[in-house]
Amino acid sequence: MKDRFNLYRFASPATFYPLAGALIPWFVAVSVVFGLAGLWLGMLVAPTDFQQGEGYRIIFIHVPASWMSMFIYLVMAGWAAIGLAFNTRLSGMMAQALAPTGALMAFLSLWTGALWGKPMWGAWWVWDARLTSELILLFLYIGYMALTAAIDDVKRADKAGGLLLLVGVVNIPIIYFSVKWWNTLHQGSSVNLTKSSMAETMLWGMLLMAMCFWMYAIAVALMRVRTIMLERERHTDWVKAELAGGEK
Amino acid sequence: MIHWNSFADFIAMGGYGFYVWGSFGATALIMAIEPIVVARNRKNTIARLKRQLRAETRNTAE
Repeated sequence: MKDRFNLYRFASPATFYPLAGALIPWFVAVSVVFGLAGLWLGMLVAPTDFQQGEGYRIIFIHVPASWMSMFIYLVMAGWAAIGLAFNTRLSGMMAQALAPTGALMAFLSLWTGALWGKPMWGAWWVWDARLTSELILLFLYIGYMALTAAIDDVKRADKAGGLLLLVGVVNIPIIYFSVKWWNTLHQGSSVNLTKSSMAETMLWGMLLMAMCFWMYAIAVALMRVRTIMLERERHTDWVKAELAGGEK
Repeated sequence: MIHWNSFADFIAMGGYGFYVWGSFGATALIMAIEPIVVARNRKNTIARLKRQLRAETRNTAE
């Protein structure tokens, strides 16, 4: 009998758990490689910006952190939609595992933005559409975590959290297009699919850092989801076998 | 190839040192601490689940 490869098999925690465990070191390694290459290009090679001097180098973490804060939210909302539609166990765990990392990315986006805004605009913070909508994103993450933590029944927590995620998803295009729709102090996007206003080395440094952040987020979320799986599936045979097998 | 003339230049960041290093420092700190916290939670959770499992098997044996 031939065992056919089936992707849906990995939607089951019992098969996803060891797969995630095997993948984590690879994501960590790739993240480190991208990070070193990005820092080398961005911090050592890239030229001075003609308008912002060396202060622009904050871009190499500000943009990746901001992108990830939006992207992680979209992924969580995607898992929420799958969870609400098909009642899959894995989706709630994935959303739960991604939330703290997404919140940290939103925080870093605001933090590095403040440190960038002060020397360039003369203000740590302004109630501008871009900044305000990013702050709302941070509150959405915190709200999701608080809401799911407050409901004891896991299934109901996932449902309520999923609804919050789906309602809050309107905020993502608002963040992204805010610099187009409104007159913001925040500068327009430096990169889009058709053109870039940046020097080659700056652009590559930023993209490499974005890849570093992306791989980092995957690695941490996989670490977290494995713990959540053990916790939630503790009454199943596979977790009992895992625990009895001396899992560190 | 390297943009900087000296290490002091690199640290000064053309006068933006506080802002640039404040950004990179906070990011490095968070990216170092988050995995540590996650790993510690994992260790604690596994220890607790093992205790619970042992207690359960004891109870069913009695």
